[in-house]
Amino acid sequence: MMSPVSFAIERWTSASRLTAALSAALLAVLVILPLFASGLVVDKATTLFVYVLLAVMWNLLAGYAGLVSVGQQAFFGIGAYFALRLVDFGVPPYMALVVGPLGAGLVGAALSVFALRLKGGEFAIAMWVIAEALRIAVMFDPAVQGETGTSLLALNAFDPELRRNLTYWLGLGGLTAMLVATFLLLRSKIGAAAQAIRDDEEAAGSIGIDVMRIKQIIFVLAAVGCALAGTVWLASAITFQPRTSFGVQWTVFMLFMVLVGGLGTFEGPIVGAVIFFLLQEIFGDFSVWYLAGLGFVAIAFALFLPEGIAGWIQNRSEVRLFVTGRKLRINPQ
Amino acid sequence: MLDALIQGILLGGYYAILAAGLSLMFGVVRFINLAHGDLAILGAYLVLFGVEILGLSPLAAVLAMLPVMALAGWIMQRLLFARALGSGVLLPLLVTFGLGAVLQNTMFGLFGSDTRSLGNHIGSLSWSSWQMPFGISLGKLPVITFAVAVAALVALQLMLSFTKIGRAIRATSSDPEAAELSGVNARKVHRAAAAIAVALAGLAGAFLAMRALINPYAGPTQLIFAFEAVVIGGIGSLWGTLAGGIVLGVAQSLGSTFSAQWFQLAGHLVFLGVLGARLYAAHAHHHGGWRAALKLPRTVQPRAVEEDLP
Repeated sequence: MMSPVSFAIERWTSASRLTAALSAALLAVLVILPLFASGLVVDKATTLFVYVLLAVMWNLLAGYAGLVSVGQQAFFGIGAYFALRLVDFGVPPYMALVVGPLGAGLVGAALSVFALRLKGGEFAIAMWVIAEALRIAVMFDPAVQGETGTSLLALNAFDPELRRNLTYWLGLGGLTAMLVATFLLLRSKIGAAAQAIRDDEEAAGSIGIDVMRIKQIIFVLAAVGCALAGTVWLASAITFQPRTSFGVQWTVFMLFMVLVGGLGTFEGPIVGAVIFFLLQEIFGDFSVWYLAGLGFVAIAFALFLPEGIAGWIQNRSEVRLFVTGRKLRINPQ
Repeated sequence: MLDALIQGILLGGYYAILAAGLSLMFGVVRFINLAHGDLAILGAYLVLFGVEILGLSPLAAVLAMLPVMALAGWIMQRLLFARALGSGVLLPLLVTFGLGAVLQNTMFGLFGSDTRSLGNHIGSLSWSSWQMPFGISLGKLPVITFAVAVAALVALQLMLSFTKIGRAIRATSSDPEAAELSGVNARKVHRAAAAIAVALAGLAGAFLAMRALINPYAGPTQLIFAFEAVVIGGIGSLWGTLAGGIVLGVAQSLGSTFSAQWFQLAGHLVFLGVLGARLYAAHAHHHGGWRAALKLPRTVQPRAVEEDLP
């Protein structure tokens, strides 16, 4: 006997299919952008990729797994440091820039055993302290020359234009890979489990979710992503200064982009990163007063629009551009 | 070695002043204030302003700064912090990181990037010391800082124990809802706690500027130290901040006998070690504790060790 209603689990909507197609088209345009755009545009786009990557990673941690870290600069810095040292050992520069972040992922896996057992505020602050401890440890390496830092001189062997384009493609490739990985992860059981942990850790554990394992997967993925942002930054800046690479300002920027864009939404961090990038382009020349202004904007968003721009839109619209959840659709017969 | 130990204990006094305000906010208002270090630096700049521009004596400038900072804390709690409360750990982080950015860069815009110090204005106090037996010399400024820390903690303790607002603060801290039901106005209590916390931050900043050079971006480093002292001493515990401050100060002071970088690293490692030891203790307790491991009879009833943080 047939059941009176048929139902289906909806994982794609027409809007999300269109978004996926447009994203693929945008990616195709971005891949060939250096062939017709000026060097300045390519440089700026690389910077934007770094911001988007950082924001997406922080959102993955805090927005989807409830892991509020003030220490993601630990991975930004350690990834760049590993890449530098790999080049010293004779690894080709652009390969080192990709392998370095994988090393940062190992560091993340090791740290996760300790850090992920801490709760709330203690986790947030302990991550910051870990980042500071790693910065000092890196400064003990004679090759880094303490506060002075060092440079990825091997990149100077490349023609400047080629170097600019390779760095751009590294940023675009890294960002695309991490975005796709994040999207697929969030659509998988792991994504659903992570959100269950974020909402109620004990309840999630009681229904059989391996809380520690799920958190570790997210934590390590975010570590690799932040480290990749760090190596792309290193490739475009060439210089490596521990105080800059391990600076807490990177996490402050991530927090700003994610909360302005919309925490816990897939679009939010991308929107936030674009806004942050535009603010920097328009007002960056005002230097300290611009940074003070960013502080005011952060306070204003926290007080008056805590759900962020994407969250505000999602509260008022049914349309979802990136569907990570599942929707039960019942077909009337 | 002994000298470093004594220096470290005295340094703990400074950390106690810095951490007491942070701990008060954490324990009473359940609010993580990431601008605490920047507020300390603001207090230092206010004292410098009082001394250099208004021509006050350093002591008068410090005494004038305290009520200004308390008022600032009261206003910030009313306008900013209260609105970010009760929605998890994120909004307080964003608001106070934002506030920190505003404070740092406004101070930079107003006072410039030069490092400054109150050291030139306090005469011989910044370097003179008392000679003790066995060739130990106690710096006058560290001893005074430590004495002020103890005095401030005693005053806070007396206030918490014997005054009406103190009772209200304790009630709100242990159970905000029950306190509300008993007629305590939690928002008033929060404002009072914020006023005290920010004034203490300013006091710590003044002492920092007397013994060291400061610049507008010095806040976050002091914030980390304050957090470390609070967590080592036990969150929300008043005298714990002194204990935590002393542990941190001794670790840093002993570390600095190796190299300047070990000053910070030793403090960080002790902090992480204390957190790790607590995790291990909770874990061991869960599995019967060391008495079970040694097959000793259990003498005390197990107590809940894991505490939920706000």
